[in-house]
Amino acid sequence: MKALRFLLPLGFFVILVGFLYVGLFRDPHEVPSPLVDKPAPAFRLAQLDDPTKQLGPEDLKGQVWLLNVWASWCVSCRVEHPLLVQLAKTNVVPVIGLNYKDTIPLGRRWLADNGDPYQVSVVDADGRVGIDWGVYGVPETFVVDKKGVIRYKQIGPITPENLQEKILPLVRELQKS
Amino acid sequence: MKRFLMAAGLAAALLVSALPAHAQTDPALEARLKTLSEELRCLVCQNQTLADSSAPLAEDLRREVRELAQQGKSDAEIKQYLVARYGDFVLYKPPVKPTTWLLWFGPFAFLLGGALVWFVVLRRRGGRVNHGDVPESIPTADEQTGRARAQALLDETKGP
Repeated sequence: MKALRFLLPLGFFVILVGFLYVGLFRDPHEVPSPLVDKPAPAFRLAQLDDPTKQLGPEDLKGQVWLLNVWASWCVSCRVEHPLLVQLAKTNVVPVIGLNYKDTIPLGRRWLADNGDPYQVSVVDADGRVGIDWGVYGVPETFVVDKKGVIRYKQIGPITPENLQEKILPLVRELQKS
Repeated sequence: MKRFLMAAGLAAALLVSALPAHAQTDPALEARLKTLSEELRCLVCQNQTLADSSAPLAEDLRREVRELAQQGKSDAEIKQYLVARYGDFVLYKPPVKPTTWLLWFGPFAFLLGGALVWFVVLRRRGGRVNHGDVPESIPTADEQTGRARAQALLDETKGP
């Protein structure tokens, strides 16, 4: 009974420290998206290279694809861009670009300067489609399955680790089903 | 005269710039939008409300909220619209549901636990006093001489 007097507060303290320790390594900017496992929000947007043509998620049904949200003004997009260019060369999965709150000339020049890994980029000039997709920090990357359901969301730049460990294994698994 | 005109022009320019951009719309809607955007979180600068934040996304979301309100959507519908896209995190006041029970009721549980510990400790200590384990305070020798001196001093001043 006497030991309990000391062990009980100690126990509480250890639990508290445990919570705080785990909290140290979590990024408060990564808010889990309610859109994961929900159908991809519909849109019909003009294509960046040819605004007379449009594209929407329904055109991509039947295949696994990535939606990468980018902008010419986005600094961390430059960090992940070489990875996307590399990924595009392997032809594993089509990447669709969502040119978010940008202008067509600036977007085109950015792709000319940095390489264009996108099968198609679509123009979301006023950011409305971005809101539908719950975008709040560019770059963001979504994995969409064959039925048009969002299966994963990456907030912030893709790193080689999460591309190899998360995104690509998920894409391969979804392509099999 | 020239100086006066310049001053008047400057004053007019300041007045115009101070006017809110949407001054022409009705005040009831403005008031509603203000309260609503104070209950919503900006996701870019997370400790600011949608009303406080000047981040581009906050501007877009304010525009979206305004349009939804103008379409006749209720506050609950507007919040639902944002929660569907950004999750419960956009709400400054999280909804009460099983995953947030700890958040809502945890502090009261701690309060109750503290009260319980306090009660138990008091009872134990109270029991001891009643059984006479702890003697009533008896003045020590020092205190006794001190009191005697104080009394002597008092008597002295009272004297004739």
